[in-house]
This record gives sequence, structure tokens and C-alpha cells, in this order.
Amino acid sequence: MADQLLTLAANDFALFGVPQRFAQDRSTLDARWKELQREAHPDRFAAQSAAAQREALQWSVRINEAYQRLKDPLRRAAYLCELAGAPIDAHDNTAMPAEFLIQQMAWREALEDAQQEAQVLALQDEVMQVRNGLLARCEELLDRESDPVQAVGQVRALMFIEKFCADIDAFFETLQSHCAVSAAARPTAARD
Amino acid sequence: MALLQISEPGHSPNPHERRVAVGIDLGTTNSLVASVRSGVAECLSDEEGRVILPSVVRYQADGSRQIGAAAVAAMVQDPQNTIASVKRFMGRNLKDVVDSGTLAYRFVDKPGMLAIATAGGEKSPVEISADILATLRYRAQDVLGDDLVGAVITVPAYFDDAQRQATKDAARLAGINVLRLINEPTAAAIAYGLDNASEGVYAIYDLGGGTFDMSILRLSQGVFEVIATGGDSALGGDDYDRALVALVQQQAGLVLESPADKSAMAVAARACKEQLTAHDEALFQANLSGSSVRQAVTRAQFDAATAGLTERTIRVARKALRDAKLSVTDVQGVVMVGGSTRMPQVQAAVAALFGQAPLNNLNPDEVVALGAAIQANQLAGNNPQGDLLLLDVIPLSLGIETMGGLVERIVPRNQTIPTAMAQDFTTFKDGQTALALHVVQGERDMVADCRSLARFELRGIPPMVAGAARIRVTFTVDADGLLNVAARELIGGVEANIDVKPSYGLDDGEIARMLQESFTTAQSDMRARAVAEAQLDAERLLLAIQTALQADGDLLDDGERAAIDALADDLRAVRSFEDAATVEAATKALSDGTQAFAAMRMNRGIRQALSGKNISTV
Repeated sequence: MADQLLTLAANDFALFGVPQRFAQDRSTLDARWKELQREAHPDRFAAQSAAAQREALQWSVRINEAYQRLKDPLRRAAYLCELAGAPIDAHDNTAMPAEFLIQQMAWREALEDAQQEAQVLALQDEVMQVRNGLLARCEELLDRESDPVQAVGQVRALMFIEKFCADIDAFFETLQSHCAVSAAARPTAARD
Repeated sequence: MALLQISEPGHSPNPHERRVAVGIDLGTTNSLVASVRSGVAECLSDEEGRVILPSVVRYQADGSRQIGAAAVAAMVQDPQNTIASVKRFMGRNLKDVVDSGTLAYRFVDKPGMLAIATAGGEKSPVEISADILATLRYRAQDVLGDDLVGAVITVPAYFDDAQRQATKDAARLAGINVLRLINEPTAAAIAYGLDNASEGVYAIYDLGGGTFDMSILRLSQGVFEVIATGGDSALGGDDYDRALVALVQQQAGLVLESPADKSAMAVAARACKEQLTAHDEALFQANLSGSSVRQAVTRAQFDAATAGLTERTIRVARKALRDAKLSVTDVQGVVMVGGSTRMPQVQAAVAALFGQAPLNNLNPDEVVALGAAIQANQLAGNNPQGDLLLLDVIPLSLGIETMGGLVERIVPRNQTIPTAMAQDFTTFKDGQTALALHVVQGERDMVADCRSLARFELRGIPPMVAGAARIRVTFTVDADGLLNVAARELIGGVEANIDVKPSYGLDDGEIARMLQESFTTAQSDMRARAVAEAQLDAERLLLAIQTALQADGDLLDDGERAAIDALADDLRAVRSFEDAATVEAATKALSDGTQAFAAMRMNRGIRQALSGKNISTV
């Protein structure tokens, strides 16, 4: 490792020096991200040559890209499937089990019919439970059963759920839309 | 609270190598410049000992201008040509300025950014800001006795790309090398040394002359993250003055007619308000045309008259906390920024909301500039042991227009910067050689509801059948939060050279024109300035390369080292030439020639960051 040249093309796990698997310790990722940025951030090179600043920008962007992917369980799972030769191909392949689609439709109707915040909060809890179950299954398939092809199905289902979660967030957002305040972090953070 | 710079023996910066850098708070009402001297950040004052430069510029028919206090004095007599609060117009169109009808200025509607017609000609907000920045630059050079290596300039956390770009353009026009744009609340937190504190959430309460900003920051191991911002762009200390005037008017039964009387009352209110900060009672006195006012005002009366204003700030603060999904008990500390936070009723309301006394031992007018100076000192390389690392986030999402006026998000808000995102596009007509892209910023789904940032035209696409071309467009948001767009054609591995032309803000031609017209040209002509800048750049690069070689020269083999030394010698040979192009060419050659070395150094740094951490996992 010590003599190996890390390049911008190294995969996210190698770049962060963490094992290539689904299960990750968030605090390790956070700490590693900061250690890497401490070396590579353009601020470290503000007084240096244009060449050094370009290099720093590229590395810093790459480290942030890897961090965004590693810390998000859905994107991490998709990335692992891809590395294992089982790409998600979300655009080409949207076929899902009928059972799953029926549940999706039921949720959407529930959100459209919701009158009160409490109803949507209950719906959100239910969605989160399903999501956590899918993520746990992803971990089994990727880390223990080494079955990325099966994991792709779980990831696709999770992408549907992700989109629905965004719609729930939008519902809460419209509740507060009359205020002149913008938040940088919203429920997305709670889903990690 | 000042950060002392302690160098290891043998590592102390050579005085000649010390790079003079400043922090600038370019404020709506007031602007300040600060620098770290002997390890302590301090604001720099003008010849008359004044630290605060009012952000006001007056343009006169003879081409002369007044900046700061002198311009403030002219505001009543010459309102059309005396521009205050120009920050509100930076990167803005006329339709963005909702109250343009109530202001005395003669606005000119222009694509990209409005302008103001003055007796001294048409002025862009960028030029007006540049006049303020140049004043601070000359002040800094006079006090510090040296040319500036660069400056850190602060901007509000919610500033979008156009506003940040306009700020950077203004600095360029003022001849200032921008080391970094940083967020105002982040600068305040740095000034209080919160980067040394343990992990925690901090609230920055910033009540200025005309604006109120509330930011929630999360700090961990020197990383600053803006997690929520809120504010009221029409609420500030001036409103407290007006409330006090209304109170006195009512008590004394006064009717104010002339602008001079109104102005006199405003000045009197300000003095009375400041008295009430330290005393329970103060005398409100003003000489009006034909009469005079002398009225005792108690603090209790003043508090009652302004309770609604204070409550508005508290509501915004609560909202920002809700948006950050935090409660007041999560907040480790509250930093007070802006002169208006000196008012006891504001201090009390903030303390009551957060259940703790706010941090207020630094001068609230200066705190943002001081923090910027500390960051500037570190960026300039004067504090190599410094542990401070800012990781800011992009405040608003970036997207591109797709069919039907919808927005496709490419960089979501809250993403840590720098960041990049690539998107592939294709042509929809046979033989199409150009492609138009519209970049917007905002959170809404429709283009019409977002801010239009840029319309790019990609030209030079090789003619092909429809849908065959693949153009990869890379959107990079740099550490200043500014968008850069690069495009290339991917078919057959051929990299077509595609022009990317932004259609907003100021283009290079406009900047060049403004440079020629700016007062900096009155002092030294364009050519001399270009030569001086090229020479300074050369010095900067030679110094940087020398430092890099000392630290990591062992990475190079003899041949590589000799090549770099030769380029450096070439630059040394021409660096004092009075010919900017020659100096620039040699500087560029050295910079390009050290690209591989820079990559090697970066690699070593990255590996050091990981070494000893992953033995068990590899």
C-alpha cells in the first residue's frame, strides 16, 4: 500500500482506505474524509502555483465525490453492484415485482389524500421501516452471500422509495413555504 | 481569544517571505479590512483612526468620487449620485430589486446586472463595490507597508453564484487577488476560535444596519458546515432608529417635513440609541429647521417601542433551528455579529431564546473582518502549522433547463464544495454544431421560479446525424462556490474544442473597460499595473516552488529536478523585465512544468493521510 500510487481513478473504498463492502462505520468515513481534505483541499494550496491549485481542486472534488457515494447507503450499494459487474441500469430497466408496485401506488394515494401532518409522519415511519429492511437485505446479499445480481433488485426498489421520500419532504416543505428561511439540511440527513 | 502563531525553531517564516494578506468584510452598511500582525488579528484604520468605512460612494460630474464618511455626509444633499447599500444590487437584475421605485437612484435596466446612472457616468454595482474595496486595499498597503499577496472577502452564506461572481469581479477590478470568498457566519466563528473547540452546533446572530442574518453552523475538527440560513433583508439597526424617531415624534407631537429634518432626527436617534446601551435614560436632541427637540427617553420606552423588531429576529432564529432539525438545547454557543447586537434588549432576547449568554467579547462590528484575516493569513501560507480547514457547502441547488421549462438538478444544495458533476448531452438535428444550455440556481421545479445563472452556447460540435454526438459537460463548483463549465465531445475519443461562453455578469471585455476607467488608472497606467502584477505573480510562484522543493524535493529524480530548476532560473532571469508578456510566459512555463511534481506531492499527502490507519484492513 505504502508504495502504491493512488490515482484519481482509484475506487472510492481504496481512496478512503476502507474495506470494499456494504457495511461501513459512518464515523470512520467522516474522519477519513476530513483527513483527506486536510491534505488535498484547495485552501492548502491557495498561495501555491496554478499547477498545484489545479491538482488540489481535482483531488478535493474526487474526495468529495467518493464521500457522497460512500456515506449514502443507497448509492454505496449501487456502486458495489457496479464494481461487481452488475450495473443498476436504472433508465433501461424499470420492471419491478407487481407486489412492490401495488404498495408504491397505495403509498402515493395515502400521501395525496393526507389531510394532516400526523398522517404523513405515520406514512413516513412506515416507508422508513420498509427502507431499512431493504438496506439490511442489501448488506446480506453484498457482504455475506456475494450475490450482487440479487442486490440490484433491492437497489432498484430503494430508488423508488428514495423518490417517494423526496415527495414526502416536498409535502413538509410546502407546509413551511411561506417563511423566508431556507435550510441547507433537511430530512435527508435523518435518513442516513 | 487571539490565535498566537508559534513556529518551531528553524521554521519561523523569514520576514521577507512573509506574505501580507488581509481579510475584508464588504458589508451592506459598513466595510472593514483586517490583518494578522505578530500573530494577532486586528482591524486596520485610516489616517484619522477610523476602522469602519461606510459602504457609500458618491460620483460627481467632474469624474471625482467620495468614498466612506465623506460620501455619507453628502447623502442628503445629493441622494441620486450617492450610492449606499450597493451590496443589495450585486449580481441582480432590476426586477429583483422590489423597492427600486422608492429609492432615489436612477436605475438602468441591463441584461445580467442592473446599473445606476450617476453624475460621473453609468456605474455597475461591481464598479461601486470595487471603489470600496480599492479604498480598503490602499489603506492596508499604507498601514502594512507592502503589496498584498491577496485577500479573503466575506459574503453572506445565502449568496448565489451571480452574487459571488460579482463580488470576485469587484475585487479583480480593485486589483485584489482573491485567495478565497468565505461565508460571513463562518468568518465570525473563526474569529471566536471556535475551530479549536470540540464538536458542536453554533448559531450566528448577525444584526447589521439594514439586514438580519441567522446561520446555524456545525463544527467538527475544524470543519465548518452551514446547515441552515435564514434572515430578513429589510430589518436592521436602522429600523430601531426609525422606531425611536417615531416614539419621540409622537411624544413631542412633531411633524417632519424636510429631508434635512428627517436626516437630523435619524442622526439624533442613532446617538440616543447608543447612549441607551450603557444608560437607563438618555436625552434625544436634534436641531431642526425652526425648532429643536430635547426629549428624555428611557430604555424601557425604547425597548417597548422596538419589541416587535426584536421579536421578528427571534422568529427567524427559531425558524432556522427548525429547518436544521435542532432545538435550542443543541446549540453550544451563540455568536453576536453586527453593531446592533450591542443593544441590551437584543442581547437579552437572544439569551432568553437560547438559555445562555451569547458570545460578545469581540467587537461585533469587527468580528467578520477579523475571522477573514485569520483565514487569509493561513491561506497565504504564513501559518503552516495551522489546523483550520473550512469545508463549506453550496447554498442553493444548481440545475439545467430541460424540455418544458423544467429543472433537472445537477448539484444539490448542501453538497460540500469543491464538487463536480458530469452530464452527457446530444444533438437533436442532423448536422447540428451548437447546443444551448441554460443553468439555473434554486430549489423549485420550474425554470421560471429559479434564478437564471447562465446561458452557455456550446459551439464547434462536429456535424453528425441527430443523436450521434455525445457532449460531456462538466459543472465544477470551486472552493469559492463559483460555477465553472467545461465541455468536450466524446465520440471516437476526439476532444473537440468547445467554446463555453457565459452570458451573465460581466465578461472580460467589460472588466477591461472598467479597469481602464477606474481610478486605479489615474494613479498608474494600465501597462505599469500589468507589469507589476506579472512580477508579483512571478515572485509568488518562485517562492511557492522553493517551499515545495524544500518539503518534497526528494520525490524528483535528478533529471526532473534539473528541468524544474532550469525553468525557475529562466523565470528569475526575466522576472524584473518591464514586459508583462515575457514575465507571464516564463511564469506559465514554470507552473506548467511543475504539474507532475504537484501531482506527486499531492499523492504523498494523500498516502500520509491514510498511512497507519488501514493496516488492519488492507
